Order: sequence, then structure tokens, then C-alpha cells
Amino acid sequence: MPEQKTVATTGNSVVAEAFRQCAPDVVPAYPITPQTTIVEEFAKFVAQGRVHAEYVPVESEHSAMSACVGASAAGARVMTATSSQGLALMWEELHIASGMRLPIVMANANRALSAPINIHCDHSDVMGARDTGWVMLFAETAQEAYDNTIMSIPIAEDPEVLLPVMTCLDGFITTHSIDRVQLMDDESVSAFVGEYKPVNALLDLDNPVSHGSFAGLGGPYFEFKRSQREAIDRSKAVVERVGAAFSELSGRPFGLIETDMMDDAEVAVVVIGSTAGNVRHVAKQLRAEGVKAGLVKVRCFRPFPYAELAAALAGVKAVAVLDRAESFGAEGGPLYLETRSALYDAEHRPAVVNYVYGLGGSDVKLELIRSVFTDLSDIATGTPALHGPVYLGAR
Amino acid sequence: MPEVKEYTTPHKPTWCPGCGNFGMWEALKRALSQLDLDFNEFSVVWGIGCHGNGADFLRTQGFHALHGRSLPVASALSLTRPDLKVIVEMGDGDGYGLGMGHFIHSVRRNIDMTCIAHNNQIYGLTTGQASPTTEHLMRTVSTPGGVLEEPVNPLGLALAQGATFVARGFAGDIPHLTELYKQAIGHEGFALIDVFQPCVTWNKLNTFSWFRERVYNLEDEGHDPSDRRAAFELSLTTFHEMTCTPDECRVPIGVFYRDDEVPTYNEDATGAGDPGYHKATKPRDISDLIAAFG
Ligand SMILES: Cc1ncc(C[n+]2csc(CCOP(=O)(O)OP(=O)(O)O)c2C)c(N)n1
Ligand code: SF4
Ligand SMILES: [Mg+2]
Repeated sequence: MPEQKTVATTGNSVVAEAFRQCAPDVVPAYPITPQTTIVEEFAKFVAQGRVHAEYVPVESEHSAMSACVGASAAGARVMTATSSQGLALMWEELHIASGMRLPIVMANANRALSAPINIHCDHSDVMGARDTGWVMLFAETAQEAYDNTIMSIPIAEDPEVLLPVMTCLDGFITTHSIDRVQLMDDESVSAFVGEYKPVNALLDLDNPVSHGSFAGLGGPYFEFKRSQREAIDRSKAVVERVGAAFSELSGRPFGLIETDMMDDAEVAVVVIGSTAGNVRHVAKQLRAEGVKAGLVKVRCFRPFPYAELAAALAGVKAVAVLDRAESFGAEGGPLYLETRSALYDAEHRPAVVNYVYGLGGSDVKLELIRSVFTDLSDIATGTPALHGPVYLGAR
Repeated sequence: MPEVKEYTTPHKPTWCPGCGNFGMWEALKRALSQLDLDFNEFSVVWGIGCHGNGADFLRTQGFHALHGRSLPVASALSLTRPDLKVIVEMGDGDGYGLGMGHFIHSVRRNIDMTCIAHNNQIYGLTTGQASPTTEHLMRTVSTPGGVLEEPVNPLGLALAQGATFVARGFAGDIPHLTELYKQAIGHEGFALIDVFQPCVTWNKLNTFSWFRERVYNLEDEGHDPSDRRAAFELSLTTFHEMTCTPDECRVPIGVFYRDDEVPTYNEDATGAGDPGYHKATKPRDISDLIAAFG
């Protein structure tokens, strides 16, 4: 195992470091809080000659993703970063990137959407993009944000996949807090991500192709979409394979989900992102008090690990799903909907309740997490399950 | 007549001490007061940026739009409430970058509104990245190697697109700016006032003193604001060379161009003018076609 360097720095700074180590050819970007410093640090690396990339500071996120699409179609390795309204403004192009099967890698600093105006963390932005055909990985910590960024390249560029990958980290909580992170050396990362060998590149002048042509009026549009579905289904095994390979290199485990204290758990919380840390902390306290509490953290949201989640929850009596985003008009938040779906085929179906929490950065206090486990213990001993979503801690 | 201080909300401005936004805020309040505009007679739409934070500090029935999207909101407001004086406060990034498309189309429509651009030649709120008006080769956090593009020329663009009121102000000259605002608000049609608004925190090149040494008043030099070609010529004055001395680059402020005879989109769209497109077209008889399908 190569030696790693331990640093104390922000999530954004290590994502910028990962960008540099992945050696993209082109990085078009537009600033938005709390993403901005990822690209600023990368721009500095370019100016210092520490990475040889075409860095393009464009005039909007729509332009940023358009430039990503153009550069990727040309055959370049392309990375960018955004957040919130920026991701929303990329909407059209997100579908172009996945539809044209372009392995673009984008970091997203998870942030609330307007209106009303808010700059703090929640998952409304990324969850709004969950059906755009991108592979989506979520980080709990700065370390995971760094690791996920590196792993995104071989996942996206795998010939079996060729899809864009979004690597999501919680705005401010992970992007701006200083954390302890182990960094790989440049050579190891280089070797791990390998060299990009584009297929059907526009700049492959000996084999001219066109991208983005009309496929309607009886053309192959429908079949295109099926092949896209097959690709994202195949990506699940690739996320696992790349995770296992990176585990070997780094000593850190990477599954589609992460389970903690689940072997004999009776009550469990399913969560995404930085709040997993709060839940783990409370679950450990409860364990000391004799409560059989556990945690399931979903790391890969697209493709969604239905079977893995169902297996993890097989022995549990009551489950709480914490959503940091709404799906207005649905039964609950996006993670809740997926979790319920995952459990439909299960032999044993636990009670499942949904909490929407932390919207617009509203504080996720440990007492709130504790109250969730208390609700679950009540449900496990016969109290009827709550009808959600419950707005956890809303005044 | 509401007094100047009545246009202030109880919220203390969050702008950095010394920011050019203070001067613009003051000038607008003075203009509103001198025009005797009561709170139900005008409305302000802000974009996103430091300028947009003014939404909390100016007492009005306001709308804080998305980054780059103040002009379409204001257009709708102007068309549905022609009795209101509609004012837009946009940033240089906001209005000349992400919202550039809206800017050009609002100009060519000649919708009745006053568009005030807080041109600090930087993205202030997101802490110091290059904007579309940042000077060529200037180093910023987003352009550590220097800006490669030529800056946008807002006045030239507006003039080329048929703008009916085009002016430039300086946040460091509040009385002059107040007069510009009053003229622009009084103008029927799209009025652009591009205002140099020094960002004391992030733009260390285009500072108050940089402008003080360079600006001169067009009225003092006998510029004729009905002369569109002369206005266009003036808009091309290149003052944005980083190294240019005050003698080499003098920066004109004041009214570049004004034409009060052009009908507004408001008049045309509401039928007050006489646009050809209001003529009814004769519907085609397709009963044979329908009959053919039984
Ligand atoms: C779609 C979108 N992209 C990015 C942002 C982030 N953002 C907020 S303000 C701003 C730039 C502000 O610059 P400017 O418009 O010049 O206003 P100033 O702060 O200088 O007044 C940016 C990029 C956003 N709010 N929305
Ligand atoms: S950052 Fe610049 S524009 Fe924003 S309030 Fe401070 S001085 Fe003004
Ligand atoms: Mg600005």
C-alpha cells in the first residue's frame, strides 16, 4: 500500500487536489457558493503549471456544462464543479451529457434551492437531478469527497459505463469545515485513474463521427434510452469493482452502502451524506444504553442499491429514513421512496418512517437524531408508525 | 414628499465599509424623494449579488430575482403595471454575464423601465472572481493567469441595439448620480445607467481614486445627447488598459444618448400605439379537410 500524507484541510481543497491528480484536459466552470473554492484552487494549480489543463472560466453554468459536453465529445477528460442554482441551470445539459454517454465528472456542493434564497446545505439540488442519467456518489466526510472524486474517473470512463458521474459533498459542512484527510501520492492516483481512451471522439479525424443528431420520427431514440438504462445498471458492478480496487490501494472500504452496528440492530436510520456522522455518534451512545441501534449510509444513490439496502435492513423492526430534500406531492423524500421500494420484495418488511430534516441548513442537533431513535423504539414495541414526512426540528 | 430617510428599512446594510453600493443607495433614495415617488408608485427588482442585498435596505415593494434574471421579472412588472416606475438593480456579472441575453432583448424591446447596473467589474458576493467587465489581463481568484477576454462594453451594446436612454454614473459622485437617476426614471422606455461602483474589497484596480482621477462630465464638454453616433464613439473610449494614466484615459460620465420619441413596447403591446400585428388575420376554412376524415 503506498504511503499517504495526512493533512488537515477543507473538503473543497481536497476535491481540488483530487481534480489535479486526475489530470483533466478541460475544466470549464462558473463560481457559486459553496463550490467556488474547488475551482479557484484548481485554477491556481493551472496557473502554477502543476496541472496541464484548459481551464475555462465561463459566464454561466449552462455554458459550463455546454463546454464540458463539447470538450468531452471532442475526446477530452473533463471535470467541473457546481452547486444549487448552478446545477439547476445546467438542467438541459445534464441530459445531453448522459444521453451522449460522455464521462464527465462533476463535484456538487449540496445546497438548497431558491425560493426563498438560501445558501446552506441540503440535497434539493442534487436530488432534483436524480433522474438525469448521471451516476451519483455521496460523501459523508472530506476524505470520502476526495476518494469519491478519484473513483469517479474510472467509473465514468469504464467502457461498460461511459456515463457522467456526480460526486456530491455537503455544502459548508463538508466543503468548508477543516477535517483530517489522507491524500494519495500523484503517481498512485495517476496509475489508478489511467489514461482516458475516448470512443467516437470528434477529434479522431481519421474516424469522423457526428454527435447529437436527430433520432426521432421513427429513429432509434427509444433504443438509445434503453441502452442508457442498461449502462447505468451495469455501472453498479463497476462502482463496486472500482471501490474494491481503491480500498486495496487506500485501506479504506467503499461499498454501495455502508452499514454500522447493523448485525443485530432492531432500529435503524438510513441516511445520506454528512448527517451519517451524527447518526453514528448517537447510535453508539444508544448502544451503550442497551438500545440495538444501527446505521445504513447510502453512498451510491444512482444506480440505487436496492438489494443491498433490503439485505441490510432484513432483521430490523423499525427504520427511519432521513431525507435532506423534498419530493413535493410524493409520500416522502427521495431516499424514503427508494427505501420503501427496496423493501417491497423483502420477506420481512419493517415499519418505515420518513423524516425531512436540515432543509436550507437548518441545524441537525444530536437530540433530534436521538428523538428519531426514540420514535423507532416506540414503533418497534407496538406504537403505530408515524405518517410522514415528519419535519424534524422545524419550528 | 417622502423624505430620503423614509426609503430606508430598519436593516443595517451588510456591505463592506466604503463600498460603492452606499453611494448608489443614497443617490437612489434622493432621486425617489425628489421625484416625490410614494411607496405604491415604484417598484424595484434586484438580481443576485452584493448589489442585490440592497433588497433588504431599500423600502419598496421589491422582488429579489434569481442571479441574472431581474430584467424578465421587471419586464412583466412594467407591462402589467404601467402606472409603476419600475427600477432594476443588477450586477455586472448578473446583468452582463449570466443575464446578458435578457439585457440585449430588454434593450431592443424598449420596455419602460430604469435599469441600474452596479458595475464594480468583479463578482463581489462570491468573493472576487472576474466578471464580464473585469479589465483585460487583470488577475483575480478565478483568473490567476489574468483575464483573457476583452471586457463587455455595455453602453456600446445598448446603443447598437437601439437603446433610447444610455448613461453612465459614478458612485463617488452622488449629486450627479441622483440627477441621472431622475432623468432615467422620467424617461419613457428602457433607460440604462451603468454605474462605476468600486468594490473596495475585491477590485484593487478600479478604485474610487482611480475613477476620481479619470472621470469627467459629458455635460461640461458640450456633448450633444441626441447625437447617437457621437454617443457610440464615446462608448468606444478605451479606458480599460490596466496601465493607462489619467491623461491617457479619460472616462466620460453623464447622459450619452437620449431619444424620447421612440414608442415603448408597453404602448405597442397594449395597443396604445398602432402596431401592424394587431390587424386581425382571416381564419382559413378547413371544413373540407375535416369532412375528408369523416
Ligand atoms: C445560477 C447561479 N450561478 C451562480 C450563482 C452564484 N453567484 C451569486 S452572486 C454571483 C456574482 C455576483 O457578481 P455581480 O453580479 O457582479 O454582483 P456583485 O456581487 O458584484 O454586486 C454569483 C456568481 C447564482 N446565485 N446563481
Ligand atoms: S464585496 Fe465589494 S461589492 Fe460587495 S459589499 Fe464588499 S465592497 Fe461592496
Ligand atoms: Mg459585480
